[in-house]
Amino acid sequence: MGIKSKSKVLNFLKYAFLILLTFISIFPFYLMIVNGTHSSMDIVTKLNLWFGSSLGENYAKMQSNVNIWSGFFNSLKISVPYTAFTGYFGALTAYSFAKYNFKGKNILFTILLVSMMLPSQLSIIGFYQLNLKLNLLNTTLPFSIPGIANASAVFFLKGIIEQSIPDSMIEAARIEGSSEFMLFNRLILPCISPGVATMCIFNFVSSWNNYLGPLVILSSNDKYTMPVMISMIKGLYLTNYGAMYLAIAISVIPIIIMYLFCSKYIINGITAGAEK
Amino acid sequence: MKNKINRNFYAYLFIIPFFTVFVVFQLYPILYTFFLSFHKWDGISKIVNVGVDNFETLLRDKYFSLSLKNTVRIWLGNFIPQIGIALLLAGIFTFNRIKGMTFFRAVFYLPNLVTAASMGLLFNLLFDGNKSVINQILMNLGIINTPIEFFSSPIFASSIASYIQWWMWFGYTLIIVMAGMTSISSEIYEAAMVDGATSVKTFFYITLPLVRPTLLYLMITSIIGGMQLFDVPATLTNGLGDPQKSILTTAMYIYNTGFKNHNMGYASTLSVGLFIIIAILSVISFRIMNAKEEK
Repeated sequence: MGIKSKSKVLNFLKYAFLILLTFISIFPFYLMIVNGTHSSMDIVTKLNLWFGSSLGENYAKMQSNVNIWSGFFNSLKISVPYTAFTGYFGALTAYSFAKYNFKGKNILFTILLVSMMLPSQLSIIGFYQLNLKLNLLNTTLPFSIPGIANASAVFFLKGIIEQSIPDSMIEAARIEGSSEFMLFNRLILPCISPGVATMCIFNFVSSWNNYLGPLVILSSNDKYTMPVMISMIKGLYLTNYGAMYLAIAISVIPIIIMYLFCSKYIINGITAGAEK
Repeated sequence: MKNKINRNFYAYLFIIPFFTVFVVFQLYPILYTFFLSFHKWDGISKIVNVGVDNFETLLRDKYFSLSLKNTVRIWLGNFIPQIGIALLLAGIFTFNRIKGMTFFRAVFYLPNLVTAASMGLLFNLLFDGNKSVINQILMNLGIINTPIEFFSSPIFASSIASYIQWWMWFGYTLIIVMAGMTSISSEIYEAAMVDGATSVKTFFYITLPLVRPTLLYLMITSIIGGMQLFDVPATLTNGLGDPQKSILTTAMYIYNTGFKNHNMGYASTLSVGLFIIIAILSVISFRIMNAKEEK
């Protein structure tokens, strides 16, 4: 009896701990959404734990200072091509490393692996100078083109190609007269599309969240991406707290909604990446 | 034979886009940053070679050492609890049948996906001022009588930065640790059980040593990421690292030097300095973790 009740207490403590952490994980988002529906007056005078009625008012205030949807579309203009590039060129590069034998392959792959460990934010000054020279300041290209050279996508997809595509399948396609390029587009890419999709989700999120790069390269209001715009609203909205909470919510809700639908995919993706 | 050559041609063709973009957008910026670290440049006028002057300034720069201390403090303040909680949770999940395990794990990971810059501002709004949400919660619960000025205290500001980082990363760390644990074969656990080991003992003597490579991976990637910390502390207060420069990280100092004070040369020197420190810390942690393994 004593042991049994002791293990019951222990079990209760475990669940209590997990529920506490669940609360900690979600509560800031809840406060964000709830406060986005309250007037600034409400926010500074009382504690709000349930939805208010000032959503429309906050939205109007928010839009009167900056057009949040312009930031939204600017972020999409960067994230969508970046993601498409990482998916396609990541798979293409991975395929070459996985299924061909060529001179210098090992050295080139080592370079690729080492590049994954480089602290990328530390070359921001060089990155700025490069885009100044190429006349790419205040454009989206400095953020979409680098998608072609995403080393972790190559690393991840190389593992998938090696596991799931037998050499015999490639040989068979060659005998049937398929060209090397067609072979990749028509056979390899469709076969590994689930892996490419997982990779794309991660890259979309990291591109969407990128802050320092756009902060340095973009210089006009109409080009600002979501994170850059959000980081500037404190100075613009002053005490319009409701409008600020709402703007923050709009910047993260797309990601939360996406996560609701494919959390399983995402978590399996991290695990697969970690096991290699 | 001819076929083989033809195929190799395609192999190279397929990797050319990757390496071209890599050289232009990644390698060149790194090399140019190293080059600029020996120069003076304001971003517009001519670049002037100043030799090792910038590095001499760096060694005497009290903001550089302060920013390093801040970065390391904020990193330690989130990394230690992160690993601790992740190991505890991974232990709970692997040694018990927990209902809703996938749900819990998915929820814990959520903060990792959202925009860090937005979260910095969100926590600023939640904590800042007498009437802030957190103050109202604490006062309603009767924990405090007078509101706390969170952002006039360096300790609070730094702790909040660590807390946000912990909050954003413990779920990710948990998933990686669990992946490392499930790759341990069940035979080892069964053998331990037969020998009469309790689950706590099994955890400390079997699981922990076997997940060491995973912990090493987490530690090194966390050092590389944590030493470049920018988004959260930059948006948490005024971007200058106040109060009293307590959350001025080195990455913020680099940004402010280069793009606010237009001192690109010296900002490059700061980047090189931080780069060297990251390399040293990575090597040290690699040595420590490997040395333990040899014992």
